[in-house]
This record gives sequence, structure tokens and C-alpha cells, in this order.
Amino acid sequence: MNAVITVVGKDAVGILAKTAAICASHNANIVDVTQTVLGDIFSMVMLADVSKLSGDLSALSSELSKMGKESGLVIYCMHEDIFNSMHRI
Amino acid sequence: MLDITDILQTVQMIQDECLDIRTITMGVSLLDCADSDVERSCQKVYDKITRLAKNLVRTGEEIEAKYGIPIINKRVAVTPVALLAGVSGGDPVLYAKALQKAAETIGVNFIGGYSALVQKGFSAGDLALIRSIPEAMAVTDLLCSSVNVGTTKAGINMDAVAMMGGIVKETAAATADRMSIGCAKLVVLCNAPEDNPFMAGAFHGVGEPDCVINVGVSGPGVVRAALARAGKDLPMNEIAAIVKKTAFKITRMGQLVGTEASRMLGVPFGIIDLSLAPTPAKGDSVAHILEEMGLERCGGPGTTACLALLNDAVKKGGVMASGRVGGLSGAFIPVSEDAGMMEAARCGALSIEKLEAMTSVCSVGLDMIMLPGDTTAEVISGVIADEAAIGMVNQKTTAVRVIPAVGYKVGDELNFGGLLGGGPVMPVNNFSPAQMIGRGGFIPAPMQSLKN
Repeated sequence: MNAVITVVGKDAVGILAKTAAICASHNANIVDVTQTVLGDIFSMVMLADVSKLSGDLSALSSELSKMGKESGLVIYCMHEDIFNSMHRI
Repeated sequence: MLDITDILQTVQMIQDECLDIRTITMGVSLLDCADSDVERSCQKVYDKITRLAKNLVRTGEEIEAKYGIPIINKRVAVTPVALLAGVSGGDPVLYAKALQKAAETIGVNFIGGYSALVQKGFSAGDLALIRSIPEAMAVTDLLCSSVNVGTTKAGINMDAVAMMGGIVKETAAATADRMSIGCAKLVVLCNAPEDNPFMAGAFHGVGEPDCVINVGVSGPGVVRAALARAGKDLPMNEIAAIVKKTAFKITRMGQLVGTEASRMLGVPFGIIDLSLAPTPAKGDSVAHILEEMGLERCGGPGTTACLALLNDAVKKGGVMASGRVGGLSGAFIPVSEDAGMMEAARCGALSIEKLEAMTSVCSVGLDMIMLPGDTTAEVISGVIADEAAIGMVNQKTTAVRVIPAVGYKVGDELNFGGLLGGGPVMPVNNFSPAQMIGRGGFIPAPMQSLKN
């Protein structure tokens, strides 16, 4: 069971590290990362295995979005099923 | 493998284009609560709703957190209360209070089903319930009421049409201190669907299972944004193709949420209602979709054609994405709940007569229209009769939800707040249909009803 984490915002030092640290603290295993910096806009999509989470997905999601707000980033953490169902027939 | 552009597209739909699930509505049958004692009947109603729907709101919130998709409303629809009132006798307002209390206990934001189906005539419970609507709407704030006055099969009950004009006026008077908000929770229908998850017309039909989950999707903002990206010179058929593709994606999300809610609550999944339901929020307007197609203002010439295309394409896209489609399924055109409709009404582009024409090609009817407080009951009955005739002949649902706001006149602004929105009081044609309405009787079912 995977969650998709998207991070968009102004580029700064340590965005990936902060995101990864929160994932680690919830025992979410990061299985794939792709990121680009266009101009000074940072954009990252992360795939994390959340089947062995220490808490529930909403706790991870709310901590990520809280960190996002503090750092001027928009972070979403969503179950991968929503993308599979929307974009696959 | 997930595609990064797909991921970003979904995120953008939710973040910038107001994509959401408009409602998860649990339908609950109250037939087994009927009792010859009205107090006991009310207690059974309260007990059954609070037992079956106790986890509805929490489940909705858990799904929101899991998928990151906002679920705006969690609601309950029940068996038309007129059936229970017919068994128990007594004051139907007791049921209204029991439903209000149940809604407060489980934390839903509306409960629907204070309803009567009288397309072919009144039974004892129907008359008592209809007469009690003004008081019921005044003493509750979460309860929604609906009355079905016609169907394609049965024709139109003109006695009920005449009665409902007066009931709308009395409801406005009973809630005059709150901008006549009672009328915002009262809708008069023709061809009412039995599995509609949207208020104010939601009720749980007698052909439905004991308990069921229905989902209403939304997404006018997503459709508008997709059309905006498409460019100004695309032919109309390609506009239809874009709407179809977008509706498919929106509906798939609804299907996912409905399936998940049904699993978590242990209740069968009923239908997806494929409706573009606007909200007063910026960018979440059906009128703006029509304007994006190339109209200067919603309500001008060309509006009905654009709406017909939109309504049809939404269904075509959605129907493949869902296992079972039902409810109203189409584009809603409420005035007070749609920022673009409000602007169009304010600048004079949109009239009630144009809205009436639009209802012949969209899913519902004259919805959330503020009328002058001195509009007569007969004029409202005349408007209801016209709408019901459009529904009856075209074999579709039509409805009238108008608010003759006591003390307000044309051009005044009302603001109900929240999803109900607000907007200007619109002028209505006041030439009187009183003699015709006074005739009563019924309008026979049209030839379209004889299909066997």
C-alpha cells in the first residue's frame, strides 16, 4: 500500500531532507522519488510504502502539511488508489 | 506505474479547481419504525437513524484524510415521513423534531425526507404532512422537505400545485426573521428520483434497500479549467469531448469514495449522482463553464444550447466511470449557490424565464431563486405548474425551490451564508394565473407515459 506525497513551492535548502525525516519518524518507507527545479520552483513527487506505518495515514498527512505551511510549501499526502482510479480504465 | 503528470493533475484539481465529493448521503428506510403511537414511532425513528448512521461523519472524515479529497457534506435521507404520519396519525411536526435531534446527534449537516409523494392524490398522512411544512421548517434548521406533485406516468396533481404555492408563502412567513430561509429547505418536484443524495430533494424511496450509501460528485471548477486550457477556437464537439473526459475522472473518484464508504460502514453502495453542483466559492460555478464556452454572460442567447451540451457530456463521461448511476445526474443551476449565476442575475442577463428554458435541458429546475416578498401564492403555483409540465413532458426531474423573502423587493440582496449562498431578488412575471390555479383537478399524463 503506497501513498503519494507531492511537494511544490519555492526552492530552499533541505526540503527533501525535512520531508524524508517526517516519513522516517512515521515508519513510511520511501520507494521512489522524482524532483525537478524549474526556475526557483521546487516540485517533488514521492512514493512511500505506508503499510507498516507507526500511526495512521492521516497523522503522517497532517504533519507533512503542517511542515509545508511553516516552510511556505504545499504538501499533499494521498493514498495511491485515487490516482489509479482516476487515470486508469 | 503512476504517471507524474497524472499525479500533478489530480493535485491541481483539488488544490486550485475546487474538486471535491459534494456529499455522502446515507439512505435509511423508516418503514419498520411505523407505529400506531406517534411518540413511539418518533422514538424508533431516532433510534434507527442514530444506530445506522452513528459512524457516517467519522467515516467520511477518515476517507478525506486517506485520499486527501475533501468530502463537503455528510447527510441522511429517510423514507418520506408522510408514510409514517399516515400510520401513526398525530402531529407530523413531532417527526420533524425527532429527525432534527437525530441529525444533531450524529453530526450530519442536513437530513432529508420530510416528504410526501402526491402526484396522483393525497392520502391522510400526505395532507397532514404538507400542512405542517411551514411549522416544521421554522422549528428545525437541519431538516429538508420535498413534495412530488407530478410524474410522467401520473400527470400533475393541480390541487397539490395550488396548495404548494400557499405552503411556500407560509414557510417564508414562518421564517421571515431569518430571510425566509425555510424556503431554501423546501422543494416541489416532478419525477422525483428515489435515490437522490442532494438536498433539499433527497428522500429514501420505498423501492430502496433498508440502508444504502449514495454519493454525489461535483467539480464545475475542474470542467471550467479544462475548457479554459483548451483554447477559444475549438469546435463545440471537441468541447463536449473535453467535458466527457473530465467528468469520467471526477466520477471515478466518486466511485472510489463510495465503494470505500460502503465497505467501512458495512452498508451497500447505491448510486453515484453525476451532477455538476456549484458552490458560491470562486471558480466553482456552472455559469462560468457556460461563459467559458464563449458566452458573454450566462443567460444570454446560446445559454440553453451550451447547457444542453454540458449536461449530456457530463452524463456520457460519468456513466462509464461508475457501476451504477442514479439520482439527479446532470448540471445544477441554482442561482444563490453559484457566483456566476448571481452576477448574471445582478446585471440583468439572467431572467426567471431563461432559467425555465434552461431547466428543460439540465438536471433539475428553478433552484434557489429569491423572489420579491409580495409575490402571490398563485404566481408561485403557476411557476410550479410550468416547471412540472416541463418535467412531465420531457420525462425528466424538474423542481422549484424559490424564496419569496418577506420584506425584500427586486434588486435587494440576500445572504444565507455557507453553501446556500445569496444573491439578488429577481423580478417575476406577476400577471395572475389565479383562475387556472383555482380550478384544481389534475393534468392528465401525456402520451409519453404510454410505453407498454
